[in-house]
Amino acid sequence: MAVAAVPTATPVGGDIPRGFTWAVRDCWTEASRHLRALPRNPEVLAFSTIQPVMFVLLFAYVFGGAINVPGYDDYLQFLLPGIFAQTVVFGSTFAAVGLAEDTTRGIADRLRSLPMFGPAVLIGRTFADLIRNVFTFVVMLVVAFLIGFRFEGSLAGALAASLLLLGFAYAFTWVNALLGVSVGSVEAANSASFIWIFPLTFVSSAFVDPRSMPSWLEPIARNNPFTIATNAVRALYNGRPPGADLWLAVAWAVGITVVFAVLASRRFTASTR
Amino acid sequence: MSITQLPSPAVAAVVAQGLTKRFGTTEALRGVDFEIERGKVLGLLGPNGAGKTTAVRILCTLLKPDAGRAFIDGIDVLADPRRARARIGLTGQFAAVEERLTGFENLQHVGRLFHLRTSEARRRARELLEQFDLVDAADRVARTYSGGMRRRLDIAMSLIGRPSVLFLDEPTTGLDPRSRLGMWDVIDELGRAGTTTLLTTQYLDEADRLADQIVVIDQGTAIARGTADELKRRVGGDLVDVVLADPADGRRAVELLTPRACGQGKVVLGTTTVTVPVDGFAGVVPAVVRDLDQAGIQVVDVGTRRSTLDDVFFALTGRPAQEADDEPSDDHPEAPTSAPETKVEAG
Repeated sequence: MAVAAVPTATPVGGDIPRGFTWAVRDCWTEASRHLRALPRNPEVLAFSTIQPVMFVLLFAYVFGGAINVPGYDDYLQFLLPGIFAQTVVFGSTFAAVGLAEDTTRGIADRLRSLPMFGPAVLIGRTFADLIRNVFTFVVMLVVAFLIGFRFEGSLAGALAASLLLLGFAYAFTWVNALLGVSVGSVEAANSASFIWIFPLTFVSSAFVDPRSMPSWLEPIARNNPFTIATNAVRALYNGRPPGADLWLAVAWAVGITVVFAVLASRRFTASTR
Repeated sequence: MSITQLPSPAVAAVVAQGLTKRFGTTEALRGVDFEIERGKVLGLLGPNGAGKTTAVRILCTLLKPDAGRAFIDGIDVLADPRRARARIGLTGQFAAVEERLTGFENLQHVGRLFHLRTSEARRRARELLEQFDLVDAADRVARTYSGGMRRRLDIAMSLIGRPSVLFLDEPTTGLDPRSRLGMWDVIDELGRAGTTTLLTTQYLDEADRLADQIVVIDQGTAIARGTADELKRRVGGDLVDVVLADPADGRRAVELLTPRACGQGKVVLGTTTVTVPVDGFAGVVPAVVRDLDQAGIQVVDVGTRRSTLDDVFFALTGRPAQEADDEPSDDHPEAPTSAPETKVEAG
């Protein structure tokens, strides 16, 4: 492409701030958009509190008496860490729906036309989702305690388990962020996120011991990263050694976060649509 | 189409050169050029799918063209998108407001992302709420706003960083007639205040009313440009519409009336209406009626009017501007296809 003279800019306004501080500020500005809106959206709040409570009670009382798991006298101690894990991973789907909404309503276009740090839109979103998930998790933990769940190990172990849960859910928020910026509609985002989250969380050790599954399904369930995370969390809450599961789960969480954060950010900032 | 002309940065706030974009097999833009002088409003006028939004998206750094260049204030939007973004305000086809935030919060949010100081963002937000008549609604969440209010908030949000160029992509699409008029006043005011604006629209009256310069775009190509008056002059400034009793007389009526047409104007035949471009109305109506009467052609009605941009679009493309219209327009359905060769160069 032959370029003759490039016209010179007429100076209007100042330079565009670049660098780490501004990127962080942009992330926070975007996160605060969602955090500020959170208490105003009764449906989201209801979903974030009622559903987890319902899950805990339903699973505990419906399955509680019927299932025996080797190694656990009390099924609740086995089951509830699985429900915690499933609920926070379900909570990660908000990102897909929210980002699809931003895209279809033209908000994404507006943001992409601003002189801001582009990935801040996604980082802010995932951070706000993390905060909401913390809230959900605390509510769920309180209900679990009310029906008899206890930390059998150290408090530090329980804290580590809780952090692992939230970190693991955060990683999946990025998978959903990629879905949200890729699909064309809110409905599609909703089904696209649940279509893999259901098998991911059920073909796992969350509710039953994988050894009770058909032989072709068992290895899948056993190697499912969700199983690995659930096992690590369950061991920590019950004061048992998590073994390699702990580090494997952390590695999965970090790996998924890095890969999907890069993919989603690229997709969002690319000038291709 | 070759591009030899260089942009004139001293005057042009926006320069688009040979913009070309293809989506799959669809050629959305096939080498479109235009410039916007600082402080002027350019209307990009064309039917749905003409390529208007594609052009806006390229200029706003949201889309990379397959070929061509674009400059905002002399900044190459492809080479330095982030600097270009600091100069533009975009109001897209959907009112891009965050429904869960109040009007004030929406403005403040975009102000912060424009990296205004917090105090400056607040001050600008209040100023714009005032300017766009949203003070009373400032602390209500945008979900409760009417369509017209959302649109006004949307435009206010794109102005918060004091952009040098404002892009308005079909700002009145989907608005009820009253809100539409309100929006026209807003854009009019911005134009008078010297906001350089690129306005896309499929409404000819809108371009007529708001734009200093118009580029008519059809199937990815700029087919005409000039002021609204210049474009209207092209089809003859004044028109006589003759409604025939029997549509079968149409062709004969066109032949009879062609000598009455002025300049390069063409007599246009609709289902029952024959439109004659004339130079002034003096004596024309009786003459037209006499011509037809002598030939035994029965006339139901004769009317005179100033030509509209609809007439221009039809003269340029042989098609009415809004084919997608639900109601069948019996204005010019099966007119002679005089389309692409009427192409005119920059005015």
